[in-house]
Amino acid sequence: MNKVVRLNSFDVKAANTRCLRYRRRILDISQQVGALHIGSAYSCTEIVDCMYHGLMRRGLDGTSPDTFLMSKGHGCMIQYVILEEHGVLGRQDLDRYCKPDGRLGVHPDYGNPGIEASTGSLGHGLSMTVGMALAERGRKTDGIIYVVLSDGEVQEGSTWEAVMMASSLGCSNIVAAVDNNDFQSLGRTSETHPSFYPLAEKFAAFGWETAETDGHDSAAIFAAISSRSGRKPFMLCAKTTKGKGVSYMENVPIWHYRSPNKQEYQQATVELERMAV
Amino acid sequence: MRNTFSEALYQAASANPDVYIVVADISPVGSMEKFSKQYPERFINVGVAEQSMIGICAGLALKGCQPFAYTIATFALYRPFEMVRDDLCYQNLPVTVVGMGAGIIYSTLGGTHHTQEDIAIAGAIPNMQIIAPCDPAECTQATRYCAAQKKGPIYLRIGKAGEPNYTDKAIDPWVFGKLRYIKRGSDVCILSYGVIMQKAMQLAARFEATGKSVSVVSCHTLKPLDIDGIADALARHKHVVVIEEHAPQGGLAPRTKQIAWDTRAMCRLDTFTLQDAFIHNYGSHDDLLSAHGIDMAQMSQRVGLA
Repeated sequence: MNKVVRLNSFDVKAANTRCLRYRRRILDISQQVGALHIGSAYSCTEIVDCMYHGLMRRGLDGTSPDTFLMSKGHGCMIQYVILEEHGVLGRQDLDRYCKPDGRLGVHPDYGNPGIEASTGSLGHGLSMTVGMALAERGRKTDGIIYVVLSDGEVQEGSTWEAVMMASSLGCSNIVAAVDNNDFQSLGRTSETHPSFYPLAEKFAAFGWETAETDGHDSAAIFAAISSRSGRKPFMLCAKTTKGKGVSYMENVPIWHYRSPNKQEYQQATVELERMAV
Repeated sequence: MRNTFSEALYQAASANPDVYIVVADISPVGSMEKFSKQYPERFINVGVAEQSMIGICAGLALKGCQPFAYTIATFALYRPFEMVRDDLCYQNLPVTVVGMGAGIIYSTLGGTHHTQEDIAIAGAIPNMQIIAPCDPAECTQATRYCAAQKKGPIYLRIGKAGEPNYTDKAIDPWVFGKLRYIKRGSDVCILSYGVIMQKAMQLAARFEATGKSVSVVSCHTLKPLDIDGIADALARHKHVVVIEEHAPQGGLAPRTKQIAWDTRAMCRLDTFTLQDAFIHNYGSHDDLLSAHGIDMAQMSQRVGLA
């Protein structure tokens, strides 16, 4: 129980290729709809990719004993495109995103393939994660619950209730990451909530094992999480850039939500290509 | 009632390793100690952190477990309301939220500890089911039902301690979603639920003293409400009385009036509810009910017995 599975290899080059592909796919889908939280998905692309492809175990049938939960539900477009690539969601599901004949919306909905919990309202995911972790322990199974939170979400009191309970209950089978992009709807979090920082210390004070990395460096994310001790719940504070990869989106709050127009789309395509070089 | 809840839950947990209880610094007394000693890994105390109580229950249920959340009714339902709505009801998970000491049982603790509008609030959420047993015996049956069902979330509204049993000789068995006749008569029918059933029994005795034949019914399942059963009660009796410890909106009284209208019922219909007002006075549970018009003298007068 709670044995940390260490994977010998995580192909960083392949991860970078995947992340570029996911950003492009999300950009394409953005042209179907008026809004899709593109900046929020781009800021956690490498984190989610690393969890799915570097950390979560997968059997030959594609199932995993581990669980992924997108607590920052508005960033779920990155989860959708990964699930599409895994064949868990169909291309048609993504093509019908937010359409009357589709089943995928702006926030993950429990019951859709690959979606383990409904999120969207912030501050719910970490308590559900604790419950899932307790269920794994109760059944003496070794599943690890991976969860991604937004930095804005960490302002919720309910998140801190869960932080307190996860460590108090010894839930060492939780691996969490804060997508610390320093942005929320009304501006820079470091300016609106300066006392919020430094972040990792807060979790450590509650008995979590913590690490800090560049949240767009796949190798660093993998190294930080895979070298955790496995004795405590683990929190990765990942420094990220909202809208990462497209210059006009980076750190500009409107891209929390908006979809690019045709001209912006063309520019983003060119810039993403450059990112790959 | 909380003692029988504890015992029933202990038995359910002994039979099913997926039964968990998550409490918020309030523990049912008596046999719950047995539960926490015997199954410590399934007795989780979050402390004064009700949002995580509900969220943890949701997480357990998402992994196939059968959790109960337990604390004083206001803190079980109102404090973590969005978690109840999103985590439990939206995801339609088989979690039982136990609201203990519901209504105005905590008569001296003030309005912060009263639950006057819980049926209305819980009942407004899609997927939520509501059960309010009238006595310890019904509480046992309801708890067993909650521990076994997989249909979705339940708000289980229970009393405190020391309530007598009214249903030992009930005509009908306890069946989820069905009215339960405790006694059956032909003139007057009293519909009630929860610990205020005591007043229903007393009022029935007053009617009987005047020679009336009286039905007393436990409407223990508030959602889904047994609409056909209520329509039938309205059709078969000349006089129907509803008594509930709940605000005038969203409870049994307005639903019964609605059904009476829909079915063109011809009977006389009297309803007794709490008023649409917070309670700032103190005293016994009966003192507070009396301040809102629920005592034998005031009810007798209104139903034409005085």
